[in-house]
Amino acid sequence: MDLRYTDEELAFRHEVRAFFKEALPADIRRRATLGQRCSAADLRRWQRILYERGWATPAWDKAWGGTGWSAVQQYIFKEELHMAPAPETLSFNVNMIGPVLIAFGSEAQKRHFLPRIASLEYWFCQGFSEPGAGSDLAALRTQAVRDGDHYVINGQKLWTSTAHHADWMFCLVRTDSSGKKQQGITYLLIDMKTPGLTVRPIITIDGHHETNEVFFDNVRVPVANRIGEENKGWDYAKYLLGNERSGIARVGVSKMRVRLAKDLAKRVPSGDGVLWDDPRFRERVATVEVELKALEMTQMRVIAESRAQESHAPDPKTSILKIKGSELQQLSAELLLEVAGPDALPLDIDFLRGIGEPVREPEWALTIAPNHYFARHVSIVGGSNEIQKNILAKSVLGL
Amino acid sequence: MDFDFTDEQRMLKDSVERFVKDEYGFEQRAKYLAEPDGFSRAQWARFAELGLLGLSFDEEYGGSGCGPVETMIVMEALGRGLAVEPYLATVVLGGGLVRLGGNPAQRAALLPHMAQGELQMAFAHSEAQSRYDLADVATTARREGDEWVIDGAKRIVLHGGSADLLVVSARVSGGRRERDGVGLFVVRGDAAGVTRRAYPTQDRLRAADIEFSGVRVPNSDVLGVAGAALPLIETVVAHAIAAVSAEAVGAMAAALEETVEYLKVRKQFGVPIGSFQALQHRAVDMLVMVEQARSMALFATMMSEEPAAGERDRSMSAAKVQIGRSGRFVGQQGVQLHGGIGMTEECKIGHYLRRLSVIDIQFGSTEHHLSRLANVGGLIDAAA
Repeated sequence: MDLRYTDEELAFRHEVRAFFKEALPADIRRRATLGQRCSAADLRRWQRILYERGWATPAWDKAWGGTGWSAVQQYIFKEELHMAPAPETLSFNVNMIGPVLIAFGSEAQKRHFLPRIASLEYWFCQGFSEPGAGSDLAALRTQAVRDGDHYVINGQKLWTSTAHHADWMFCLVRTDSSGKKQQGITYLLIDMKTPGLTVRPIITIDGHHETNEVFFDNVRVPVANRIGEENKGWDYAKYLLGNERSGIARVGVSKMRVRLAKDLAKRVPSGDGVLWDDPRFRERVATVEVELKALEMTQMRVIAESRAQESHAPDPKTSILKIKGSELQQLSAELLLEVAGPDALPLDIDFLRGIGEPVREPEWALTIAPNHYFARHVSIVGGSNEIQKNILAKSVLGL
Repeated sequence: MDFDFTDEQRMLKDSVERFVKDEYGFEQRAKYLAEPDGFSRAQWARFAELGLLGLSFDEEYGGSGCGPVETMIVMEALGRGLAVEPYLATVVLGGGLVRLGGNPAQRAALLPHMAQGELQMAFAHSEAQSRYDLADVATTARREGDEWVIDGAKRIVLHGGSADLLVVSARVSGGRRERDGVGLFVVRGDAAGVTRRAYPTQDRLRAADIEFSGVRVPNSDVLGVAGAALPLIETVVAHAIAAVSAEAVGAMAAALEETVEYLKVRKQFGVPIGSFQALQHRAVDMLVMVEQARSMALFATMMSEEPAAGERDRSMSAAKVQIGRSGRFVGQQGVQLHGGIGMTEECKIGHYLRRLSVIDIQFGSTEHHLSRLANVGGLIDAAA
């Protein structure tokens, strides 16, 4: 039993850190450091850079562009990325549709889509949730009726983040209403330019346009765009959701925020000195750090256990990572709010989006409150924390 | 990064877990508590037979030459069974001080007897005014020829009443709270001038307040360098924190299992109460707390031998904070989910609550360690 990284792992971290230092464009780094949202153009540019390095899809099967790294290396890579700070690759592409295609897609689909998914030439969004189907996703009602070589889609999707940038959507539709709800679902790839498809923006409480609702009015989708078999879509979706859950702790994001909070607190004026002089503030930071260390160790243990088991079924313990990871992302965002104090109050949505000059200084404080409001979503998406607790109660405690 | 046990460690885990399962049922434990010293001498002999007492001593002293991981394995098993034997006091504290601070003659004289179960030790360090400050020592040691003379009072000495030998900290020089000037002295429990008043503690273990009045100690019974013993004390306390962290995890895990079992069995409104979502979620909250505590107990174990004392100590503080928080939550919610019977002495869950609350206080409370951690700037360093 040994906590220390091996020499190889340390060398790998060094290599990855050096790459981010050199290859991450300065303007993208600056915007990420200020907490500004990554624009579509920036993400396309950055993912292209990673793709050319062969690092855009490290966890994919090696045959399809993965790096073959160990679980510890994957973890190190992600942590260094968050700490650079660099934008994550598009998770819809890299963590969701990519692995599903690799596992269940046809050879033709894999050959056509996977390289374009990795390079972000194709931008995918996720058509899963609906107004009546959130936690109860299987209750989805967007309908697909077979007509010759096509499915005709009618219905509505909700919380389709980045649909307004997307070229494609991976979409769960209902092809059979007669039996159990999980057994009548089909998994389709839909071209966002198909006639009858309308994207409407939803503004979230951070003031930004990130998500949308999407309406389908007799949208014709070729049967060739179906993944796997008709009515088997729920199985493919479950595979994806398990994958999504384990990537979601984002320890590096919380770590980066805590580090930033400490650095800023040493400069923010308070009383005769700075905020860092206040022992109560330092204790609040220390509280978050302890929880974060514990989460990091728990994540390493889950990685080690899954390595030992080699099974593809998601370890129910990943639900613990999801719950604590989301709580810590929220705690660390709130810590930054404490640091910013009154300077967090002025509203500047354009600056949040990376557009134009800040309405006032200090500019770093302008994104703190919107990011704190937006952080509330991490305990809701990816299977709400309450659903995660249901899963743990059932599969770990047997209740 | 490797979390696997070796084959030997796995065997140790299996054998000590089986031992605790067989010998530490709730009723059996109550009998041990009723014995004169508050623990079973027969069980202590069994510990010796199983090689548990000499686990971390060198083989030349009758030990197995094992490390912190093995201690963690044993402490977790003892925690599950709420064992009452003085393993922490004798082996981790007394044994640790002798193992790390004794000269070869002292090690040869004391460690084999400890390993064989023939010698009990206690660490008499805390005083009425010291709270959690390890450097705060008012008890004095005055050199007279080949002897030292000790005067002062120690309080809440773990298993101090039944110990054959006490390791006593006393100040040879310097102000009361100075880091320099502390010495360690091995004193017979029944030496002239030693007065012991033993009593049970909240977790039903034993402790003692001990007065030292002109107690004479030969120079050969000084541990380490008289006047420079604080680093040794801090090292052994770090090991103790790792050990009680593991013990707490064992207690928490067992408390959770008892609680989940109760939820499945207890029926109200015609159904098992474990079918109510509010209680399911509470049990899951306990599970998450246990897993976070387990992670930090592992962290503490692996950092307990870190040579850089500052790094080691802030890791121990971080671990103690998590252990304290998790321990209190699991203990309290365990009682809560048992409803009325959770409040009775007859129900095991309250015993877990008490032991976990005592562990929080021992070697520095959550608040103390949070303050310490905050004062050294926390865990995460500034950007490289």
